[in-house]
Amino acid sequence: MSDEPRSEPRSGHSSEHSSEHGSIFDGLIEGGDSAQWAFGTDFEDPLAGVDTTVPEGVDPAALAAYCLMLGDDALVLSQRLSEWCSRAPDLEEDIALANMALDLLGQARLLLARAAAADPGVVPALPDGSPVPAEDALAFFRDDRDFRNVRLCEVPNGDFAHVVVRLLLFSAARLALFERLRASRDQVLAAVAGKGVKEVAYHRDWAGRWFLTLARGTEESHRRLLAALDALWPLRAELVTAHPLERVLADAGVGVDPSSLAGEVDAVLDQVLAVSGVDRPERAPLAGVAGRTGRHGLHTEALSRLLTEMQVVARAHPMGRW
Amino acid sequence: MARQVRDPEMPMLTLADLGVLRGVEVTRDAGGGGGEVVVASITPTYTGCPAMATMRDDLVHRLKDAGFERVEVRVVLDPPWSSDWISERGRAALRDAGLSPPGPAPRRTGPVLLTLGPKRAAPRCPRCGSADTRLTSEFGATACKALYRCTGCLEPFEHVKEI
Repeated sequence: MSDEPRSEPRSGHSSEHSSEHGSIFDGLIEGGDSAQWAFGTDFEDPLAGVDTTVPEGVDPAALAAYCLMLGDDALVLSQRLSEWCSRAPDLEEDIALANMALDLLGQARLLLARAAAADPGVVPALPDGSPVPAEDALAFFRDDRDFRNVRLCEVPNGDFAHVVVRLLLFSAARLALFERLRASRDQVLAAVAGKGVKEVAYHRDWAGRWFLTLARGTEESHRRLLAALDALWPLRAELVTAHPLERVLADAGVGVDPSSLAGEVDAVLDQVLAVSGVDRPERAPLAGVAGRTGRHGLHTEALSRLLTEMQVVARAHPMGRW
Repeated sequence: MARQVRDPEMPMLTLADLGVLRGVEVTRDAGGGGGEVVVASITPTYTGCPAMATMRDDLVHRLKDAGFERVEVRVVLDPPWSSDWISERGRAALRDAGLSPPGPAPRRTGPVLLTLGPKRAAPRCPRCGSADTRLTSEFGATACKALYRCTGCLEPFEHVKEI
């Protein structure tokens, strides 16, 4: 039997159409016409018509690995934010978290597609004839050790203060990075960063305002904020620590060395901490394994669990068309 | 023809009014056949905008119905979309539909400043015209809109964000 869900034969169906219609849903997606859906469900190449030439003097494999680092940050954090759906303290914040998850997912799609375009060798092999596009193969068919995201993005959700602190730490560093990346010699990275600056600026403001609100709110909100800050602070350093590959690409004028951003990221965080009346935590960075961390593919157990849930349906149907 | 296609999420606007349709060209197919190919270029308002596929399909349908057999839709990422690209006609259509059109997009020359207080002068209520409005959330039902509430007529309304 085929793995393709839509082509499963329906046994015991005696209609005269049964031989030509494998499933009652077939008619809905025949011909690739998606106008009947709220949104098109067809696959589309998010880089259709975009020039994906690798800049001169840049190793395509290195560029692809770099795009996976930034893309995996966005994808994994987007998945964590999506888990908040229907759980936020009120409807507006539920929608805000979903909006930010969507922004990050859009950035992840472009970055993973760019990785695949730069070096098709990074895309996991799928059965012949599989309709799964490269960006989805990268998202759903890679194992945990192939993911290059920082560990801040993968640790499990906590309470509302936890998501506020996580987004503040992440977006402060990501905004600084995107501001520099706009000058990348790689046209796709420059374009992703150019759009991303506008989006992540909203994320950082949202997180900064809620940080201030919780810090100056009730005794309980203050206590929870400090607990979240204490828990997440050791993961902050990874955002502004360079993997050797990041340095190589920064030297080539394509990437950004995140350690060069430490000063300006700190300045933003100090500004938020100061108006919130919160002391800067004194927690050492979470150690890696022999110096290897998320960027090297070494993660916490939480990533494996997250990926299991995110990937299980896609992996069960490598020939599936969604 | 392409300019008449409407935005799937804000149908009071055409893609051209929204500034999402960046160009339409008719070219001779350089390969075999030598027929005409229509190439329409669109740009997403936000990177994750889920309506891109629908916009693409709508453009293809409209142009094929008009007799163009070969239609290509290209995505343009750079320069990034700005709310400044919404046309005057588009702004009037938003107001007529009870949405508040965006003000001028922020000019960014230096680093992006952190904003912990209100971002900008509050928009006027599109229903009663009162300037006494309050931000409910910077994130609305679609990525491009924020939620406000008028303290005059007490009605909530959507405001297209400045980016």
